[in-house]
Amino acid sequence: LTHGAGGRAMAQLIADIFAPALANPYLAQGNDQAAMPLPAGAAGGRLVMTTDGYVVSPLFFPGGDIGSLAVHGTINDIAMSGAVPLWLSASFIIEEGFPLADLQRIAASMGAAARDAGVPVVTGDTKVVERGKADGVFVATAGVGLVPAGLELSGDRARPGDAVLLSGSIGDHGVAIMSSRENLEFETAIVSDSAALHGLVAAMVAAAGPSLRLMRDPTRGGLAATLNEVAHQSGVGIVIEEEAIPVKPEVAAACELLGLEPLNVANEGKLVAVVAAEVADTLLAAMRAHPLGRDAACVGTVVDDPHRFVQMTTAFGGGRIVDWLAGEQLPRIC
Amino acid sequence: MLSAPPKEPGAPVSRERLRLRGVVQGVGMRPFVFGLAERFGLAGSVRNDAEGVLIEAEGSAIEAFVAALRENAPPLARIDAVERTVLVPTGERGFAIVASVGGRAATLVPADAATCTACLDELFDPASRFHLYPFVNCTHCGPRYTITRRVPYDRPNTAMAGFAMCPACAAAYENPRDRRFHAEPVACPVCGPQLSHSAGEIAAAIRAGRIVALKGIGGFHLMCDATDEAVVAELRRRKRRDAKPFAVMVANAASLALFAAPGAAHLALAETPARPIVLMPLRGDGERLAPSVAPSLAQVGLVLPYAPVHHLLFHALLGCPDGRAWREAPHPVALVATSANPGGEPLVVDDADARRRLAGIADLIVGHGRPIVVRADDSVMTVIDGAPAFVRRARGVVPDPVDLGRDGPCVLALGAHLKATVCVTRGREAFVSQHVGDLDTAETVTFYRETIAHLTAILDVTPEGVACDLHPDYRSTRLAEELGPPVVRVQHHAAHVAAVAAEHGVPGPVLGVALDGHGIGETDGQPGGNWGGELIEVDGAGWRRLGHLAPLALPGGDRAAREPWRMAVAALAAIGRAGEAACRFPAVTIAGALAARIDGAPVTTSLGRLFDAAAGLLGVRTHQAHEGQAAMELEALCGAPRTLAHGFVLADGVLDFAPLLAALADCDDARAGAALFHGTLIAGLGAWIGEAAQARDHRTVALGGGCLMNRVLAEGLAADLRGRGLVPLLARKLPPNDGGLSLGQAVMARAAMASASAAAGGSQ
Ligand SMILES: [Fe+3]
Ligand SMILES: [Mg+2]
Ligand SMILES: [Zn+2]
Ligand SMILES: [Zn+2]
Repeated sequence: LTHGAGGRAMAQLIADIFAPALANPYLAQGNDQAAMPLPAGAAGGRLVMTTDGYVVSPLFFPGGDIGSLAVHGTINDIAMSGAVPLWLSASFIIEEGFPLADLQRIAASMGAAARDAGVPVVTGDTKVVERGKADGVFVATAGVGLVPAGLELSGDRARPGDAVLLSGSIGDHGVAIMSSRENLEFETAIVSDSAALHGLVAAMVAAAGPSLRLMRDPTRGGLAATLNEVAHQSGVGIVIEEEAIPVKPEVAAACELLGLEPLNVANEGKLVAVVAAEVADTLLAAMRAHPLGRDAACVGTVVDDPHRFVQMTTAFGGGRIVDWLAGEQLPRIC
Repeated sequence: MLSAPPKEPGAPVSRERLRLRGVVQGVGMRPFVFGLAERFGLAGSVRNDAEGVLIEAEGSAIEAFVAALRENAPPLARIDAVERTVLVPTGERGFAIVASVGGRAATLVPADAATCTACLDELFDPASRFHLYPFVNCTHCGPRYTITRRVPYDRPNTAMAGFAMCPACAAAYENPRDRRFHAEPVACPVCGPQLSHSAGEIAAAIRAGRIVALKGIGGFHLMCDATDEAVVAELRRRKRRDAKPFAVMVANAASLALFAAPGAAHLALAETPARPIVLMPLRGDGERLAPSVAPSLAQVGLVLPYAPVHHLLFHALLGCPDGRAWREAPHPVALVATSANPGGEPLVVDDADARRRLAGIADLIVGHGRPIVVRADDSVMTVIDGAPAFVRRARGVVPDPVDLGRDGPCVLALGAHLKATVCVTRGREAFVSQHVGDLDTAETVTFYRETIAHLTAILDVTPEGVACDLHPDYRSTRLAEELGPPVVRVQHHAAHVAAVAAEHGVPGPVLGVALDGHGIGETDGQPGGNWGGELIEVDGAGWRRLGHLAPLALPGGDRAAREPWRMAVAALAAIGRAGEAACRFPAVTIAGALAARIDGAPVTTSLGRLFDAAAGLLGVRTHQAHEGQAAMELEALCGAPRTLAHGFVLADGVLDFAPLLAALADCDDARAGAALFHGTLIAGLGAWIGEAAQARDHRTVALGGGCLMNRVLAEGLAADLRGRGLVPLLARKLPPNDGGLSLGQAVMARAAMASASAAAGGSQ
């Protein structure tokens, strides 16, 4: 792939790689914009829109690659509002010299992820930059979705007494990325949990409806960052139980080796829901009935706390503050 | 005793204003001055004001009066200066104590002090109205800081506000000739607080092998028979404290030597009014303490009774002997006296809280009606290089200030993340708070916030700047960002050096070492790197890294600090023997995997982690139950330090102990290895520091950082440096670890603020 190629070369690249991989009627319109019909149920509902950039290294990791991740991540950002995701856009920044075969693989994986999710990539863009101006390939995706009438999820709606539910084990994505980055050979391969959660969300909305206060996907910064965001936005404290948080044994082992705290490690196919206590059991049952919520658990409670602390109680009964880290996990023991 | 004043017949009458500076308020200074003035036939007055105590005196014996002031000052007072101004005599008659004036006057709250001998005499005197009263106190003793809600330090502003004085106590309080003149906590059985259980009941529970929670001065203690292994082990189980040593209280100074081998310095320290826990060598052939009191350590922390209730408890345990002989005689009775703080939380201070939080730990909870307003753990001290040194600074010492030698802006410094303290400067003084603890629990963070609010309130200041560490994830850093005033970030190890220099009053530029666990480094203004064995020159707000230890891998971040086997693997990798990891640590399943990826790990120049590496290599332990456990055990194993020839390499300021690590890897005798490690470490550090001191023309070296809690290292290094003609400065007024960091941060931030405002002024 060379930088500075003319319009023709770029058109060729799109026609050869992206158009077939992402094929759908809207993309096939071939215009600088895609035109879509208003979805059914638009009246009374609300449109949501999100955008996200993906700069993962390595580009290919166990359980996915940057292409599928860019689809799942943006679908999940839409779905966390309770919305039905409708359409995606994709933009690629490609470093000169990036192997075409790899680009093909990414486009194919992106197309497959979009098809599986039933959410088409309706428009896109491609740029090739000089060597060193990008690292392989960067992807930016945007998405539009529709929130059904009557549903209003928001990060400031957690109230003391609410239950905190988690859809499954934590740390899988971050540890999969790190182990492939560090060439770690574990006895059991750890696979990213990258997945589109809108199906699970639909089942949850059906089960709990307006009793759902909010949902978040604990991506960068992990569960710790997400819970701290919620505590701050809602002006409450959250107490979680260490025992209740699912962590796969192989993820726990890798975290031990790497010196990581699973609570601070990224996920790409998990969600946290805060829900009124009285429907927590119903919601949990609905989550467990969905393949992406099989290991769902109630992990904590929202409490009244002017300091907005997220605390974790351990098996020994002691509590400690769960931190929202500035960046990587730095040592604090002097 | 005071001798009769010298007669000065015909001496001319003069008048002077005398300004007393130092610890002169709330310590019985005014009645003392009053009594002295009467004795020397002087007229005039004495009062407390913003700067200390102000005396006007007129008569013919002022010279002798001043000499007696200095010589016979009350036990808790410390007169740093007497400034004298000559006035014109006015012919005044009589001497008066004048009420305090407002404003910042009398804002210096004294530290808590152990029950004095005169009060003890009354406590055990059947004829005294204070007989067996657990709250007896006077101007020379009793609670102070821990009962003070706000300033000025007057009874309505203390925990005694709810206790109206009876006529007898009121009369004593008002009488300048009484030992209780203006003793704010004065109380008696008629008017004062009561204990929930009698000393006899508490003693019976202890004798029956029970665990008692006893409310004291700065919080609750958990107490039990320290000679009974079953109950001590049970206390460990209930407190979920595996190995951290427990402090032990014995009946009196004479009893110390039954259990330990105190030197004269230990004895003197144990008997100071501050009554710290004093770490002293265990005595193998003496009265037996239960092995669980201080597992695997050669030292034990002993403390003498400091509240009347402690004395009453020993009196009851000894069968309530008459007379005073028992108070001087040695007794083979010892009680565990450990802070009542479940699982890393702050000390319990409140009766209701005690019933809630200590129910699963204590069999009997003994409270009393005098609230503890300010929580303060026992101070822990030791003797290093012949002089007292702090391990933990709290009750009995706080809020004594450090004199910074000059004025500066008011700064609030927030310390580190573990062993947090805060420091507030006011004028030329720096006030470091009591030990707060590790900022890992909501309860400790709340205590930390309360400490900041209380300290700034009793000093009556509004900080102009806030100092914190470079670490983005210390809770202290987060709080600094929330507080409002401009934030000054201070590098961890520069602050360690600055703290030691400041308490010794040494101005910059000063050469120092930070021999420490971990702190974020800084290169070209950018924070980063895991530092902890640093040679630094500090000058005001500026500093320069002159050298460091050779980097070792730091596999697993904080886990490496908890698991010495990891640092041992790092050491093996450093000497090209990472392949031995798996077979050296067969019980650690991931040892081989860790060794295989160690090249990608971050690195550290920490000396604390080098200690862990040595402990791991020598098989002392693979995992630690509490911070510093492996290093403390390594120290305990060390007899006379021995130096390995060519055990270190020194090049361009980088000190590399690889040859020593290789020797330790081949050493199968932990005692020999511990001696070799300490000795070679001292020799290497001495050479390293000596080279820099010569190159940069320094005579003085400040020694800071948590590793200097190690007595063998601190004393060995100090001796080595003296041998090179250098003057080593050890931490004396504050602990050398992160407990003293806030002082260094405050001093450097003040310098930064002063130079910033000078620059701003100059540019106008
Ligand atoms: Fe430190
Ligand atoms: Mg996003
Ligand atoms: Zn007294
Ligand atoms: Zn009374």
